[in-house]
Amino acid sequence: MEIFYKFLDKNALVVAFVAVGGIMYLGELISKYILRKKIPGSAVAIFLGLVFAYVAGISTGGEKGVADIKGLSGMSLLGGSMFRDFAIVSTAMGASFVLIKRTGWIGVVSLFLGIFVSFVGGMALAWMFGYHDAKSLATIGAGACTFIVGPVTGAAVQASSDVIALSIAAGVVKSILVTIGTPWLAPYIGLNNPNTAMIYGGMLGTTSGVSAGLAATDPALVPYGALTATFYTGLGCLLCPSVLYLLIENLL
Amino acid sequence: MVIYGVTFLGACYIIGQLIGDYLAKFLGVQANVGGVGFAMLLLILCHDFLHKRHFFPAESEKGVLFWSQMYIPVIVAMSATQNAALAINSGVLALLAGIIPVLMCFACIPMLSKLSNKNLSADGNFL
Repeated sequence: MEIFYKFLDKNALVVAFVAVGGIMYLGELISKYILRKKIPGSAVAIFLGLVFAYVAGISTGGEKGVADIKGLSGMSLLGGSMFRDFAIVSTAMGASFVLIKRTGWIGVVSLFLGIFVSFVGGMALAWMFGYHDAKSLATIGAGACTFIVGPVTGAAVQASSDVIALSIAAGVVKSILVTIGTPWLAPYIGLNNPNTAMIYGGMLGTTSGVSAGLAATDPALVPYGALTATFYTGLGCLLCPSVLYLLIENLL
Repeated sequence: MVIYGVTFLGACYIIGQLIGDYLAKFLGVQANVGGVGFAMLLLILCHDFLHKRHFFPAESEKGVLFWSQMYIPVIVAMSATQNAALAINSGVLALLAGIIPVLMCFACIPMLSKLSNKNLSADGNFL
């Protein structure tokens, strides 16, 4: 058995290719035979991935989902930010520059509005749950933006570590909800064209959620959503610990 | 050759991400600012430029297209390595702070898309 695990660890990336192929196939099967193609196979596979991550997290006590299972460490390389961003960039091949230029301005508007709405929403909830100091409010509000903006803001304003942990958790919940919720909500918000996809990317901004949500909705929209979403975390890290934090401090 | 396509994609990726990192440093931010976005814009513009001059044969394009088809599997691997247990087990405030702002943001999307359509004339040109 030791030889076997050693082999898997040595060939981690190839093992991950095989494992992901297996999940994709299982997703296809469930989509075809159980859901009668009402939900596309790729969406089922992404959801299955989350379920496996949950089960693995519970049983191993780790933070990296199935990558914490012995022999599956390659999953964190294949699903890590390098391959994710590399694959996202490649989808831009089919995107139209004319369209992006034409609707670019609304993408910028949606970025600012998206950060503001998430921040205020998260902050209001934190207030209701008894957090009344500017540091905690700003950190939890920032966590409602993405799981990177939360801890970056928390560190910058020197919030307590349990509040920072809370902000990360809120950001992870957001990314999972966006992944699962997008295909369901897409028809209601008119998410079927590049213009709306750019707004969606700017409003939601969580790169993992947006890229997975659009992949499950319509892969042709991925480059447009990803293009605006990629500015969100950076802009959030810029605004939350500075302008938005000072704003709350002055209001209190 | 296929590798030229992958090289082209990789070069766009590296330059774009570096711009994002340096821009972040310049702004004093502890995160990458739009690296993927710059890389995508670079890819679209350079591909257009090279394609028009017949410097981008179909064989090379395969190197880029392969990765765009690997996109969903990579996303599946990503979702399988999320800290899903933390998200579900960290209490009501974390759940609500992750859910309610998202719903508020979703609600804003139709409004913004109406706003942007108003500024587009009937033939789709920006006024």
